[in-house]
Amino acid sequence: MELLSGADMIARFLQDEGVEYIYGYPGGAALHIYDALFRQDKVKHILVRHEQAATHAADGYARASGKPGVVLVTSGPGATNAVTGIATAYMDSIPMVVLCGQVMSHLIGDDAFQETDIVGVTRPIVKHSFSIRHPSEIPEVLKKAFYLASTGRPGPVVVDIPKDMTAPTERYEYVYPKKVKLRSYNPVTRGHTGQIKKAVEMMLKAKRPVFYTGGGVVTGKASEGLTDLVKQLGFPITTTLMGIGSYPQSDRQCLGWLGMHGSYESNMAMHHADLIIAIGARFDDRVTNNTSKFCPTAKIIHVDVDPSSVSKTVRADVPIVGPASSVINEMISLVQGQAITHPEALTDWWQKIDGWRAEREGKLYEPSKPGEVLKPQEVIEALCRVTRGEAYVTTDVGQHQMFAAQYYKFDKPNRLITSGGLGTMGFGFPAAMGIKQNFPEDDVVCVTGEGSFQMMMQELSTCKQYGVGVKIVNLNNASLGMVRQWQDLNYKSRHAHSYMESLPDFHMLIEAYGFTAITVRTLDELEPALERAFANKHELVFLDVKVDPHEHVYPMQVPLGAMRDMLLSKTERT
Amino acid sequence: MRHIISILMENEPGALSRVVGLFSQRNFNIETLNVAPTEDPSLSRLTVTTVGDDRVIEQITKHLNKLIDVVKLVDLTEGNHIERELMLVKVKALGAARDEVKRTVDIFRAQIVDVTPSLYTVQITGDASKLDAFLQAMAPVGILEVARTGVSGIARGDKVLSL
Ligand SMILES: Cc1ncc(C[n+]2csc(CCOP(=O)(O)OP(=O)(O)O)c2C)c(N)n1
Ligand SMILES: [Mg+2]
Repeated sequence: MELLSGADMIARFLQDEGVEYIYGYPGGAALHIYDALFRQDKVKHILVRHEQAATHAADGYARASGKPGVVLVTSGPGATNAVTGIATAYMDSIPMVVLCGQVMSHLIGDDAFQETDIVGVTRPIVKHSFSIRHPSEIPEVLKKAFYLASTGRPGPVVVDIPKDMTAPTERYEYVYPKKVKLRSYNPVTRGHTGQIKKAVEMMLKAKRPVFYTGGGVVTGKASEGLTDLVKQLGFPITTTLMGIGSYPQSDRQCLGWLGMHGSYESNMAMHHADLIIAIGARFDDRVTNNTSKFCPTAKIIHVDVDPSSVSKTVRADVPIVGPASSVINEMISLVQGQAITHPEALTDWWQKIDGWRAEREGKLYEPSKPGEVLKPQEVIEALCRVTRGEAYVTTDVGQHQMFAAQYYKFDKPNRLITSGGLGTMGFGFPAAMGIKQNFPEDDVVCVTGEGSFQMMMQELSTCKQYGVGVKIVNLNNASLGMVRQWQDLNYKSRHAHSYMESLPDFHMLIEAYGFTAITVRTLDELEPALERAFANKHELVFLDVKVDPHEHVYPMQVPLGAMRDMLLSKTERT
Repeated sequence: MRHIISILMENEPGALSRVVGLFSQRNFNIETLNVAPTEDPSLSRLTVTTVGDDRVIEQITKHLNKLIDVVKLVDLTEGNHIERELMLVKVKALGAARDEVKRTVDIFRAQIVDVTPSLYTVQITGDASKLDAFLQAMAPVGILEVARTGVSGIARGDKVLSL
């Protein structure tokens, strides 16, 4: 039997749980825990420069690896700084465990120094939360936290730890709990067989089917199965922003992604479909546009692990509650050896889709003319070429995010790492940091904008401390481009506070941290600069790419319209 | 439509606030709410009445079920059930009204549980509409204070809500 203090139990538990990195920032209430981390060397702690970055870094790591990210912050301001990152993870169902220091138990409720009711503050943005009430319960509570965070529909779990729970003098028995049970939590392990059969029958009989798949396929590690199923059936597939890469985008059957800035052919196909097979997607408003005009002729099969996602915004005709992977596997075994009923209808359907494709081919944007300012789209296309489509690409939020998602071609899941649900500016850079540390041999690039980058640029210092060789491609349009686009479209180009009056000299800024910066202005400078940036995997390089500030992201769905109602350029609409 | 949802949940600090928080966070409405531990001290039973169409009620029950502290729940209005609410009312009881109040109390099968020279404290149980009717009947006499528990309920017959 081993007696350990609460703080040592936390350090030991993290080791026993196989946690390699934790991201955090110290402070009074967390100091016993920090001391315990100091006295061991298995779990590596990464000192960020702002707690929000700790959550985004852990989140990026979680998305890329599929394992829960771990964060450690102190009470009060430490914990509140983490809130945006917790909300970001919650909206995208990312497994994360956030350990928060708290004031001593006897002070709780007294408005003690650095006291915040963080369990209360985060209640609506966590999967669950715990407060430690006795040091001896630490191993079990932590196990529960990891279990909850990573099973079913994943999500962040907050553990509030009053300082006296980690006091070095109080020791209790420590045993690593291999398993935990919660009587009220039994995530489904498979879908209803009858419903799956019914769904497959509908799929085989469909004339204009479309797969519509989301982040649930990625977090549910079901991409391979999905690819098999879709190939066997020969149906078109569109993914959500979060589902990008769950089916190879370079394959002919993939129509790209759908929704507000999704591809023309995706949105057209959805609108005209007679059957939509939604898997791990949640019919979010950025996808459906006006739900009352959504896919008027389609029957809907909806597969999701979370029953509350099914029929939330759009009613499913065949709801299937179950994990994507097991449901897809059952579907595959039912489809095998079966012929589709209307092969000629599917051929017609493909003809229609190829027609839509051809309509937009080569018309997505006007490339820059020699010597002119660059178009953001061509920067992403060049980035994709130089990294052979294999990099981990994180983004911030804005036009650059949409361009990255539209023009980089992802053939693997977990490669586009973006804040889809919350749309958190500042996410991209720390997320890239978290990924790079865990995948040091891979190319990790953050596509950002000068607005977003300035929200988390203090993390340059963290990268310096740990030698994190991420690449940063700053699509510098000297404005809050996405805001400006909306102002162009809805406010007669009154650019209220969407212009960045006093940008820093990014070159000097980056050099101040001892890193390399390259400024890019024209097309002939672009690829050489990218080649140079990616030449050394372990060096942080910042590309400040000046791009056209007048560019808009298209297609763009017309607000309150149907899926097919889109602006296609500044002058065309459907 | 009005629904009565009964929930068995972990008798843990914070569990109630998760349930209540869910309603405000997702814009669901709570008409009444009551909660107390059950015969198993590790469980509380919470009963909430809410109003919504089928889609909303489906969302409410799904989201409640998703809360880790919620062990089991039932929408009592889906089947035959018994619904009760307890109310304590202080009413003016002066002069001729004193007898009148007593008579009304009897008609409603309520009980006077405390008296002073100027008022009666009445205890009454029943479904919400009975309690409303009693309050209406007492209004002309003068209602001084009302304490209602909110609805509690249980299914009729063999069905039980337990682990
Ligand atoms: C934290 C946060 N604040 C505000 C917004 C609203 N917002 C969305 S995009 C955007 C502009 C982003 O500008 P920039 O990073 O330069 O990207 P660009 O659109 O110019 O490519 C803003 C302000 C947000 N998404 N996140
Ligand atoms: Mg910008």
